[in-house]
Amino acid sequence: MNRTAPLLAVLAVVLLALPHVVGSYALSVATLILYFAYTGQAWNVMMGFAGQLSLGHSLYVGVGAYAAGTLFYHYEIGPWAGLWLALALCVLLGLAIGFLAFRFGISGVYFALLTIAFAEFTRLGFDHADWLGGPGGMFLRVAQRDTWDLANFRGPPIMYYYTMLALAAGALALCAWLLRSRAGYYWQAIRENEEAARALGINTLRWKMLAVALSAAMTGVSGVFLAFYYNNLFPEQIFHISRSIEIILGPVIGGVGTLFGPILGAAVLTLLSEGITEALAALGWESPGVKQVFYGLVLLMVVMFLPNGIWPGLARRMGVGR
Amino acid sequence: MDPVLIGNVVAAGMLTGLVYGLMALGLSVIFGVVRVVNFAHGEMMTVAMYAATVLFAAFKLDPFLAVLPAAVAFFVFGYGLQAGLINPFMTRPEHSQFMLLVAVAIIMVNALLMLFGPDARNVQVDYQLEAFELGPLLFDKARVYAATAAVIATALLSALFRLTLTGKAIRACADNYLGAKVVGLDVKRLYALTFGLGAVCVAIAGCAMVLLVDVTPPLGPAYTLLAFIIVIVGGLGSMTGALLGGILIGVSEALAGLVLAPSAKSMFSFGLLILVLLLRPQGLLGKRS
Amino acid sequence: MSALLEVRSVSKSFHGLRAVHDASFEVPPGAINALIGPNGAGKTTIFNMVAGVYPPDAGEIVFDGRRINGLRPDQMCAAGIGRTFQIVKPFAGLSVLDNVIVGALLREKSVAAARQVSRDILEKLHLGSKSNLPASSLSLPDRKRLEVARALATRPTLLLLDEVMAGLRPIECDQMVEVFRGLNRREGLTILLIEHVMRAVMALAQDIGVLHQGEVIARGMPAEVVRDPAVLECYLGEEIEV
Repeated sequence: MNRTAPLLAVLAVVLLALPHVVGSYALSVATLILYFAYTGQAWNVMMGFAGQLSLGHSLYVGVGAYAAGTLFYHYEIGPWAGLWLALALCVLLGLAIGFLAFRFGISGVYFALLTIAFAEFTRLGFDHADWLGGPGGMFLRVAQRDTWDLANFRGPPIMYYYTMLALAAGALALCAWLLRSRAGYYWQAIRENEEAARALGINTLRWKMLAVALSAAMTGVSGVFLAFYYNNLFPEQIFHISRSIEIILGPVIGGVGTLFGPILGAAVLTLLSEGITEALAALGWESPGVKQVFYGLVLLMVVMFLPNGIWPGLARRMGVGR
Repeated sequence: MDPVLIGNVVAAGMLTGLVYGLMALGLSVIFGVVRVVNFAHGEMMTVAMYAATVLFAAFKLDPFLAVLPAAVAFFVFGYGLQAGLINPFMTRPEHSQFMLLVAVAIIMVNALLMLFGPDARNVQVDYQLEAFELGPLLFDKARVYAATAAVIATALLSALFRLTLTGKAIRACADNYLGAKVVGLDVKRLYALTFGLGAVCVAIAGCAMVLLVDVTPPLGPAYTLLAFIIVIVGGLGSMTGALLGGILIGVSEALAGLVLAPSAKSMFSFGLLILVLLLRPQGLLGKRS
Repeated sequence: MSALLEVRSVSKSFHGLRAVHDASFEVPPGAINALIGPNGAGKTTIFNMVAGVYPPDAGEIVFDGRRINGLRPDQMCAAGIGRTFQIVKPFAGLSVLDNVIVGALLREKSVAAARQVSRDILEKLHLGSKSNLPASSLSLPDRKRLEVARALATRPTLLLLDEVMAGLRPIECDQMVEVFRGLNRREGLTILLIEHVMRAVMALAQDIGVLHQGEVIARGMPAEVVRDPAVLECYLGEEIEV
């Protein structure tokens, strides 16, 4: 554990200084990495901690994004109020899905399929909700991109980068704290053996619901960020199952249930993706699908040969904790 | 609403649904026996459809004849996939198995995109334009043939499971993995066989389906989800359940497309999936585990 | 003195198969009682009903004067009933210490307090040196001790032990017996155990109930019960007239 602190410090310095050292493209990539690190961490709370596999997390991203986006689009209400609505809606949704699933005893693959069904259902629903923009999308007006306006969350790319950095760091700190708390112990117990956990006095339904609600809320925040970062929302995009899979790629590659896994995974995957794009462009192999095939192959390799993800082995070698 | 129109729509839905059912049957067999979430199922279907278009373009081979080479190729592929890639994963956690097949699915979908581009492809045969008449109702010949192929394939598979020793061995594995091992069944080989058989179902369903719809790479994920919906609604472990589920989904999608906006038809299917998962997870005809 | 646990005319069937029928017995506070009987006699079914895994179809279970039929397992534990499982269920991915902390958190407010309590319990069960090992690396006897430690961490008034001696060598069995005797003597822990290992039963139990095909066929002190012809018959079959 004593090696973790200096390493973290170095990482912090690097991340804080980054925008002043790299160009705008690299900055946008870095922001994307942090986005996936954050969202992956949020998903990890449900899966890595409480052992519930969700393959429909795009639902919360979308709901969060549309909640804040709609308030802004229709009522000119700023993102901070939108954030509260997003959180409330995501928590309610998470609790509802969790309650339905756990009360009816649905777990494992069936639970995963249930989450997919909810996300798909919502995607199609939003496609037909014209008041929310329908399939054509919702476009948010961008006032300016020059000065930091945190109240309206408008400004230069560097502001978005630091916001995402703060979110990712916050999520890391929260998860580190949770892991060592009662919640962390109870969740891991439930994940390892739910029956044994119950026999030790743990109300597993309540704690599973808590994990789902927290995960949903955290993911909703990333939706709000997306809304004001990209400023356009399409149901086809934001609720699509590909988004759900993207969210889980980071933690799965990096290491489910660990603290640094999601972050490492997000970094590796995003850099890999960009790297492949560059390499293919240089080689002239730019037809559609080529990049994804390579991506899929790498994913396959990692899943096959590093079943616990990249981080646990790396952590052992570096002599640090999870 | 014109009853003849509804009748035709329902008829078309039923026939298409039988083909869906065959595709879902492949998944039911794989998921029911090997217990692997074959997230590449829809992609396999799409590959089958493309294979049929290629064989048609190259050799003017009618898709129903293309079934034979396709089925053989898919059996080998399915067997190899399970034996080589998935079998070592059987003891891994669920999300790991899932990610493996997601990776396979991503590779498949994008390989198709690379090879064929994003434009739709199809097969043009004469009988696609003809129809059987039954009173005021019209049944597309292509649809009838496709549905017939689906039913025949299902009957053959059912016979295989019920009458042959191998089929019974596979069912034994599904019922009781440990027990099967204890009595000396080579479970790994049986799993590979099962995956091969499931792949054959997909091959036949794909060749049939290409007569009914155009194929594009993104169909893959859509079919995967559809297959899961049908399997769960119809009931895991039940062959008639898969067909019945297929018909149910086919008809409801057709009707929903008529009554609501066409793109909303899948909403009904997902809503149904949610209800079934919550209220009757064993599906209509499945066995309570 | 009223009993700590009273099982009154309890019955349970599964899909028409009668597992337990009209079974009654009591466990006084501070006692160590045993339930024995051939496999399939219904012992674990009774345990599961007392621990809240499923409710009885008929009859009453009264714990500390309170009717507890149908409470959830976590509620049973909070009420003071701890249990171990016949097939041990460790939290494999956690360390030995963390396993016990999970149990201790029921009664302790903070993780730090729970950790301290857990260390003490592990020492009592001779697992102190293995605190930081992953639970998955333990041998079977150690896993059984861990299971007991974890249950003890919830500070039960009644501890249900389900075949905890199975698979242990005689010397390990004797060690466990000593631990239980000590807990019973020093802390007044009431223990109800299901056992096949007669060595442990005779050493520990003050009162034995014998179950056969779901019914209680004998009750009493160990020396009497093992001589009871009905008991011998159910274990050994009918006497052969020579």
